[in-house]
Amino acid sequence: MRHISVEPPPFFHRGPSPLVRLAFFALLSLALLFADTRYRYLENIRHVVATLIYPLQLVVQLPGQALSYVGSYFYSQKTLSDDNADLKQRLLTEGPAVQGYSALEQENARLRALLAVEQRFHAAAIAAEVMYSGRDPFTQKLFVDKGEAAGVIPGQAVIDEVGVVGQVTRVFPYMSEVTLVTDKDHAVPVRVERSGVRSVMYGAGTGRLPELRFLSPNAEIQPGDRLVTSGIDGTYPAGLAVAQVASVERETGQMFARVTCMPLAGVERSSLVLILGRAAVLAPRPEEPADSDAPRKGRGKRKAG
Amino acid sequence: MAQLTFAPARPEEILLPVKSWFVVLTLAIGFLCNLLPLSGAALAVRPDFLALVLLYWCIREPRLISVGIAWCLGLLMDVADATVLGQHALAYAVLAYAAEYFRRRVLRFPLWQQAAQVAVLLVLCAGLVLLLRVVGGAPLPRWTYAVGPLTGALLWPAVTVVLQWPQRPPASPAEL
Repeated sequence: MRHISVEPPPFFHRGPSPLVRLAFFALLSLALLFADTRYRYLENIRHVVATLIYPLQLVVQLPGQALSYVGSYFYSQKTLSDDNADLKQRLLTEGPAVQGYSALEQENARLRALLAVEQRFHAAAIAAEVMYSGRDPFTQKLFVDKGEAAGVIPGQAVIDEVGVVGQVTRVFPYMSEVTLVTDKDHAVPVRVERSGVRSVMYGAGTGRLPELRFLSPNAEIQPGDRLVTSGIDGTYPAGLAVAQVASVERETGQMFARVTCMPLAGVERSSLVLILGRAAVLAPRPEEPADSDAPRKGRGKRKAG
Repeated sequence: MAQLTFAPARPEEILLPVKSWFVVLTLAIGFLCNLLPLSGAALAVRPDFLALVLLYWCIREPRLISVGIAWCLGLLMDVADATVLGQHALAYAVLAYAAEYFRRRVLRFPLWQQAAQVAVLLVLCAGLVLLLRVVGGAPLPRWTYAVGPLTGALLWPAVTVVLQWPQRPPASPAEL
């Protein structure tokens, strides 16, 4: 009996072995991971690919939109019949209640709240609708339907009718990515509204409350205090509501108090947000004298995580 | 009638050769399913559809779909999910390699036992991503992070039956 070779004959050659290919692609991925986390070299590639798949993103929105359209159709049917019943009722009782009034009133109040904010910060603001919340379980992001085409630029503050939602971090032609205030290491410079104590609120990641770090244990702060933006970073205009202090732990052994806060804005719920225009350009940083022995302040610019 | 039953092919059935456009189409559908704008609990327990379809084709048709294509799809997923570039790419490449390594073993088992082995592969991949991200400085995700791969494994029998369906041979008159 003839011996059959285990190796395939050369005309069935199938390229490098799977392990070699795996090693090649694994090294390539690790290089990409490193370049992306450390240096953010690859934003251009991301930008191009994201633009290419944008139509797909729109397509997958369709089922949800169709559902809500059908829902609103039935809702209108329901309102009509309710109204009918109500009118009949009113003929009998002259009752003032109209179905759907409270929903309209609520919507009106929200629009008014947004309008008031827009008037307060009269730099151009862009209203945007939330397309979907980020799918990466490690970060806290939102995607909104306004992008470069609408004049959004990275670094703009994003608010809803209650307070600060986050900050624009990436801009694509027709959508942009908003990093929420609850994202890990996203920092917002805040002031305690009651006492004026300034601090920085750091997000802590999924499912954890943001906290104020480096506050001395005797700082004038108590649970229930409202935190508003202090405006010293040039990103967030001053006076926007951010969070409410949830708990303050002062341990004698610790250098700093442990303060956790509950964001006020519907950080994970709001469907309509306002992208604020950049505040007035800040004065340039004064030149530091060469032989200054004054203590150096921390880095002035805030950085999104 | 073989076509009307919602069951996997019996071992003695010889499947028709796969059409490459069908592979591309199913991968595209998997990708679109991953793009669905879900939120809340649905987002938390959502399986990675693209990984499932990819795994199926890596196990069934390793000469069509292997590490290279898996890597490219992973990169696409990285951009779509706005995650760190290379994260899904590495996970999918490892998944494709593991599929190629285990495929002969996996195919010997009935579907529910295949699902158990698929669960192990998917959890392995999720663990790899977790490791990469935590080393890169990300916080730990919620515990629901572990649910996605398990949902994926539960879907495995359905995915197999659906993706296999066009390859089922027509019922031979001899059987009737």
